[in-house]
Amino acid sequence: MPELCGIDLAHPVINASGTYDAIAARKVFGDALLDDFPFAAFVSKTITPDPRAGNSPRRIWETPSGMINSIGLPNKGLEGFLAEDLPQLRELPVPLIVSVMATTREEFARCVERIARRREVAAIELNVSCPNVHSGLIVGENPSETEALLEALRPLSEKPLIVKLTPNVADPAEVAAGAERGGADSISLINTLKGTAIDPATGAPALGNGYGGLSGPAVRPVALEQVRSVRAAVDLPIVGMGGVSTGADASEFFALGAAVVAVGTENFRDPRAGARIALELESSLRAERISEPALDLD
Amino acid sequence: MIAPFGRRLCEVAANRDSGGYRVVSVVDRGGPEPRAGQFYMLAAAERWGARDGRAFLPRAISVAETRPAAGGGVRLDFLLDAVGPGTERLAALGEGEGIWITGPLGNSFASPREVSDGAAGAVLVGGGVGVAPLALLRRRFSERGVPHRVLLGFRDRAHTGGLDLFCGSSGVLCPEVRLATEDGHAGVQGRVTDLLLPILVGDDAASGVVYSCGPPAMLEAVRALCAEHGVTVELALESPMACGFGACFGCAVPKPGGGFLRLCVDGPVLRGDEVEEVSHAYA
Repeated sequence: MPELCGIDLAHPVINASGTYDAIAARKVFGDALLDDFPFAAFVSKTITPDPRAGNSPRRIWETPSGMINSIGLPNKGLEGFLAEDLPQLRELPVPLIVSVMATTREEFARCVERIARRREVAAIELNVSCPNVHSGLIVGENPSETEALLEALRPLSEKPLIVKLTPNVADPAEVAAGAERGGADSISLINTLKGTAIDPATGAPALGNGYGGLSGPAVRPVALEQVRSVRAAVDLPIVGMGGVSTGADASEFFALGAAVVAVGTENFRDPRAGARIALELESSLRAERISEPALDLD
Repeated sequence: MIAPFGRRLCEVAANRDSGGYRVVSVVDRGGPEPRAGQFYMLAAAERWGARDGRAFLPRAISVAETRPAAGGGVRLDFLLDAVGPGTERLAALGEGEGIWITGPLGNSFASPREVSDGAAGAVLVGGGVGVAPLALLRRRFSERGVPHRVLLGFRDRAHTGGLDLFCGSSGVLCPEVRLATEDGHAGVQGRVTDLLLPILVGDDAASGVVYSCGPPAMLEAVRALCAEHGVTVELALESPMACGFGACFGCAVPKPGGGFLRLCVDGPVLRGDEVEEVSHAYA
């Protein structure tokens, strides 16, 4: 049975943070969502200390084999999440991973401490694609910032800490090594690649925020290379993601040493993509086993 | 209404011209009958993502008509204006070709009484490809005996897409439909709001609810007119949407007083006072 940091998983496919709202999906699809939950663990949208409304539209733009989003992390804030969302997420039939982000170590610590206390939370994912307002540096772009953040947070939680890396750096392996030194339990990657688009109707940037994050099959080769280089640099289990839309795509991440894969953009095209990909993986593994020559019989 | 969980592979039953648009009929064996205003996420089963890797995402399209299908399930008619790689591909789907559908999604138009105390009648105001959900709404009101008028705006003789959805089985335009055309070839010359204004200033204006769907500029004009005359209006909006079930947070519509609605799960039908201003920025 697959596992991640000691969390048993029914299969090795989970969701990427911010690409599935299980509470909204349950209202749309009913309890069939729970009976046939597509992921082996559920990763929440990123929670920030204070509520955020998100960015002004336009927020999404289709690109060749992908999309750019500038959603802007809309969420109810830490207290709203704990009071309103967590009781509903507890009803999901899989382990819950809560994604958090803050712009100071103190605020990050407050989020981790509060969330780590909740028994229904299996692990915490740290979204480090954010500035540290004190240093002005994007934490996840800087190995020593990342290491220092982990050193500050590590004592606050016995739950696994998963560091979600940004791909918008020269060398993600260095940042991953910093996270490992600081005490991280796992590395997840990649987040979206910075991108922009021009609206042909106006000749101006299409997204309200001017730029956004590219995702979908278009980014898969980049994701694979970053998983490869991080795998070579750290011993931690890796959650690999970036453009996974089939079982064959997922196998590529496993071939490079990922422990688990996450599905993001494909969820938008297929609400049951996670389960489908897990099934495709399982049947390709079974086919491999059957076609393997029986070595000890001559 | 609960939608079946996941997308379903369905078959295109027919594809016909409708005044410059296409009406693509799909047989859905596994889903419930949708209500007027609801939509589906549609993607062609083959050659989706061809040509430069687009269309990649499914397209949100509201239902224009639905009937029980021979052999079980429902037949769904979608009105399509081929304006980009997604709608072009969907509009070109032939009989027997595969189409992925997820739905029915979103809320639906309410009856006049549900949205406005004492409201007995309805005024449907549509233009462009936005006439689609009003076609189903008109039939529902007709069957339920809800008094209604229908005001439709079209550009010119070559652009009357969807008008036939408002014709009876004899092919004659339903008597409650009035037209405004910019070239004056049919109905009155002008815009659909020219037909709406006299109704809103009439003595019995408050006894009706306005239902509207169409291009953003038309919707905004209808919203502002109704607000000015104190008439309740329901608007079926459109917004860039990747998923249709609340996952992507792309279809954000600004709320009066700040914050955003997700059009897929909070809409697509919103009351006039639930939106700030209908704008091209998100529609």
